Amino acid sequence: MLRRPNTRALPEFRRRIRLFALCVLVAFAFLTYRLWVLQVLQGNRYTVMSEHNRIRLQRVPAVRGLVFDRKNRLLIHSRPSFDVQYVPGGNAGQEDTLRRLAEMVEVDGERLEEIAQGGNGAKRVTLVRDVDWPSVVAVETHQLDLPGVYLSVRARRSYLTDEVAAHMLGYLGEINANQLQRLRRQGYRLGDAIGQAGLEKSWERHLAGRSGGEKVEVDATGRKVRVIDRHKATPGHNVVLTLDMDLQQVAHDALKGKEGAIVVLEVNTGAVLALASSPTFDPNWFARGLTSREWRHLTDDRETPLHNRALQGQFPPGSTFKIVTALAALQEGVISPNKTLWCGGSYQVGNRTLRDWKKDGHGHIKMHQALVQSCDVYFYQISQRLGVDKIARYARRFGFGSPTGISLDGEGPGLVPDRAWKKGRYGTPWYRGETPLVAIGQGFLSVTPLQMASMTATVANGGTVYRPWFVKRVVSPDGEVMEEYGPVRTGTVGLKKENWDIVRRALFDVVHGRRGTARTARSEVVGIAGKTGTAQVAEMRGDAVKSEDLPYEVRDHAWFVAYAPTKEPEIAVVTLVEHGGHGGATAAPIAKQVIEAYFLFDGEEAEHEEPAGRQLSALDVRPPPRTDHAD
Amino acid sequence: MQIDRRLVSSFDWPLWTLSVGLALVGIMTIYSATCSVNEECSRYLATRQSYWLIIGLALMVATFSVDYQRLAHWAYPIYVAVVILLALVLIIGITSGGSQRWLDLGFFALQPSELAKLTLVLVLAKTLCYYEPGYSLMDLGVPLLLSAPVVGLVLLQPDLGTAGVIFLIAMAVVVMSGLRVRSLLYLTVAAIAALPVGWQFLKPYQKTRIWTFMNPESDPLGAGYHVVQSKIAIGSGRLWGTGYLQGSQNRLEFLPEQHTDFVFAVFAEEWGFSGCVALLAAYALLILLALRVVRRAQDRFGVLLATGMAAILFWQFTINIGMVTGLVPVVGIPLPLISYGGSSLVTTLIAVGVLISVSMRRYTR
Repeated sequence: MLRRPNTRALPEFRRRIRLFALCVLVAFAFLTYRLWVLQVLQGNRYTVMSEHNRIRLQRVPAVRGLVFDRKNRLLIHSRPSFDVQYVPGGNAGQEDTLRRLAEMVEVDGERLEEIAQGGNGAKRVTLVRDVDWPSVVAVETHQLDLPGVYLSVRARRSYLTDEVAAHMLGYLGEINANQLQRLRRQGYRLGDAIGQAGLEKSWERHLAGRSGGEKVEVDATGRKVRVIDRHKATPGHNVVLTLDMDLQQVAHDALKGKEGAIVVLEVNTGAVLALASSPTFDPNWFARGLTSREWRHLTDDRETPLHNRALQGQFPPGSTFKIVTALAALQEGVISPNKTLWCGGSYQVGNRTLRDWKKDGHGHIKMHQALVQSCDVYFYQISQRLGVDKIARYARRFGFGSPTGISLDGEGPGLVPDRAWKKGRYGTPWYRGETPLVAIGQGFLSVTPLQMASMTATVANGGTVYRPWFVKRVVSPDGEVMEEYGPVRTGTVGLKKENWDIVRRALFDVVHGRRGTARTARSEVVGIAGKTGTAQVAEMRGDAVKSEDLPYEVRDHAWFVAYAPTKEPEIAVVTLVEHGGHGGATAAPIAKQVIEAYFLFDGEEAEHEEPAGRQLSALDVRPPPRTDHAD
Repeated sequence: MQIDRRLVSSFDWPLWTLSVGLALVGIMTIYSATCSVNEECSRYLATRQSYWLIIGLALMVATFSVDYQRLAHWAYPIYVAVVILLALVLIIGITSGGSQRWLDLGFFALQPSELAKLTLVLVLAKTLCYYEPGYSLMDLGVPLLLSAPVVGLVLLQPDLGTAGVIFLIAMAVVVMSGLRVRSLLYLTVAAIAALPVGWQFLKPYQKTRIWTFMNPESDPLGAGYHVVQSKIAIGSGRLWGTGYLQGSQNRLEFLPEQHTDFVFAVFAEEWGFSGCVALLAAYALLILLALRVVRRAQDRFGVLLATGMAAILFWQFTINIGMVTGLVPVVGIPLPLISYGGSSLVTTLIAVGVLISVSMRRYTR
C-alpha cells in the first residue's frame, strides 16, 4: 500500500489550484474573444468569403496498376466510367431536359424525374451511373439542350476475366475506419477504394499508387471550373502474375456447379499456375456497387462464394495423406516395403473397431499395393508402430499445420495433431485409437488444398518445400522492373532416395496400375501419378453407407493430388470437390482435364510466343485506356 | 470489493453528465461533418463513434470502480507496456513498407500515444507524491527520466504536436506537485528564450521542413489552406449559425479533416458564436469540475493524478480550438470528446473515470 504522506499539507495546493483555475478562465476568455472577432466582428466578411469560396482542394486519385498473367495478358485495368449528374433548381424546362436525357441514355424518364426530385435539397444528384459510350457522346454533344446536366468521370476497376480467378485477384471496397486510421499518413481518405481481398488487398501497396492534389476553382454547385495548381498523382505499379489464364479457365470450368478448389503449382519453383475456388463471384460487382440480391448471394452461409476454399478452407485430407504416412514409416524403418501385412477389412485398437473402406479387406498386402489400392488397415497397422508424434513431425516438415506463406490474406494453418497439442487443447492424453485415424488423413487432422499441392510438389521434386507464390514481377508504369520474384525454399524433407522412389512408383500405379484407385485419371497425353482421397465429413457408425446415398451435407469430400509427367515432373495439381463422394470418381477426372490442358497449351505456346494477341474467350485484350482523373 | 454507500452518494454526477453530453454533441457533429453535397449523409462514422462511446463508458465505469490507490501499484508495469507499445508502433511503421500482412495483425485502431498521456500522468503522480513541496530543478531527474522515453518515442513517429501536449501535461503535474516557483520561472524564461533563438538558427528550408514535420498531413498545395478554410467556415457562422446540417463550407467539402481535428469548424459554422460560447463554457466548466476534484482529493497522489487528467482535457481543448481558429500552428491535436477517433474518445473517458474515482473516494479515508 502506498503511504499517504503530507495529508495535512493538502492546503498547500490551494494557491496552485486557484492559479490553474485562473488559467482555465483566461483560456476560455481568450478563445471566446477570438471567436467574437471571427464570428461577430468579421462574420460578415467571412460570410462573403464563404459565398465566393471558389478555391477548393481536391484530391486526384492515383490510377491503379494493371495486372497481367504470366503470358502478359491483361486481367485487370481501370477504365473511365461516366456518371450523369444533375444540379436541380434554376433550370427552365426541367421536364423536357430529363425527357431528352432519358432518350439519350435509354432509361425511364419518370425514374430520372424521381431521382432528380429525391435529392433532398442536395445540390447535385447522380442520375445514372456508368453510362455507355454512345450515351456519353450524345450527352456531351447536346450539352446546350441539357441545362443542369453534367458528366462526371472517374476510374472504375474492371476485371476482364469476370468470375475467373476472382479469389486470387480479389476486389476493391470502400476503406473502413480501421484501415483509414492506419493508412491516413499514406494519403488515404474516407470514401477511397482499397483492396479488400486477394491480390488487390495484399498487393495494395504496389498497385495503389499515391493520390495527388489539385487546387481548383469551382462554381457555386461545386463544379470544377479551372485548375489553379496541381500536384500529380503517382500511378500504381503494374503486376505480372505467375498465373496462366488458359489453365485457370480450364480449372474454373471444371469446377462449375461444384463446390471445391483446384491448385496447380510448378513443381520446381512453387509458382502458382492456377488456383480456383468454386463457387465464385464477379469482382466487377464490387466495382459498380452491389445490389442487395448480389450481396445476399455472396454472403450465403452454405455456398460462401467469397471464401477462397483453396487456402482458407480446411478439410480432412483423407487417404491422400497416406503419402506422408508411408514416407514417414519407410524413413523411420518401422516397415519394410517387402513386408506383407494382413488386411481383413477391419482393425481392432483397444475396444474400438476401425473399418477399411473395402468391407472384405484387401487380403495380404505390401506397401506398394497398400498405396495403390488405398488400403486403410495396412496404414492403421503401421501407424501403431510409428506413433502420432512421428507422423506429426513428418507432416510439419511438408508444411502442414502452418500457413504456407503465400502472399494472400486469411490463409488457414490447418491442424496437425500430436500428443502435446491434445494435452494443451483438451487436457486429455492421446489415445492409441486416434493415431490410425490421423494416418489415413482423418481425425483431428485438417489441411488446405494449397498445403496439399505444396506437399505433392515436394514429393514430385524429391524433397524441396517451396513457398507458393504468384506474383512474378512488379513493373512501374514506364516499364521499369521494380521487383522481381522467384522461388523461395522454406524447407527440405530429406529422405532416402529409395523411399521417394517406392512412393512415387506407387503413385504412378494409382493411375496406371490394374487395381489403382484413380484409373479415371489415366491420360493419353502424359503420364500422371497421384493419390485419391475420400474424406469423411461425418463419422460413420456401423456399416459403411455408400456416400451417394447420404444427404449432401454429410457426403464425403473427394480429393485427388497428382503430378505430371511422372518422369521429371513439371506440375502438381490438387483437386478437391466438397461432398463430391469418391476421390477417384469425382476429383481424379477433373485433375486429368487440367493436366492435359497444361501439356496441350504448353505445346501450343511456342507458336504463339510473340504475337501477344492470343485471345481466350474470357480475355478481352485491349490496350489500357487512358483514364482521365475523376472529377 | 465491498461497495461503500458513501462511494455511491458522492458520485460526481456533474462531471459525468457534462462529459457524456459533450461526447453526444461530438457524435452529432461528426454526423454532420460526414455529409457532402452529392452524397447523402453517411451514418458510418457517427455510428462507429457511438460504439466507441459505449466502449469508453464501460472502461470509465471499470476505472472508477477501482480504488485509484491501486492504480499506483500497476503504474510501472503499465508504463513499461505502453513504452513497448510505442516502440512497437515505430517498428511496425518501418516494416509497413515491407509487408502488409504484418500491419493487418498489428494494433488495428490503437494509438498508443493516447494511452501514453494517461500512463505518464500515472507514473509521474506516483513518483512526485513523495516529493516535499518546494523542491528545485535538481530534483527533477526521475520525472525527466520517466518522461523522456515517452516524449521521445512519440517525437520519432513523428508527431511533434502530441509530443508537445504530453510534455505540457507532464509540466502541469510537476508544477502542481510543488516545484519551487523560482525554478519554474527559470524554466519558463529559458524555454521562451530558446525558442526564437533556435528558430533564428534555422535556414528557411529547414523551417518549412519543420512545419511539414509538425504537420505531415498538411496539404501539398501551399501552407495555410487548412486554417484559411477553417476560419472562413467559423466566421460565416456569425452570431446564430447556419443551422444543424446546413453548413455550406462543410457540405461543399472546403473544409479539410472536417470530422477529426477540424470538427470544431463544422460546429462553429452551424451553431454560430452563441453555440460556440456554450460549447467553450461547457469545456471550461468540465475542467473547473476537474479542478474541484483536485481540490477535494485527500492525498497527494490523488491530487496529482487528478491534476494530470485535468491537464489532458485542458491542453488538448485549448490547443485544438486555438489551432482551428488560427492562433496556434496546425499540429494535429484532436478536440477531446468531440473529434472522431476511438483511441482519443476512450482515453478521454478513462481520464474522466479517474477523476470520478478520485472524487468518489474523497471521504473514504
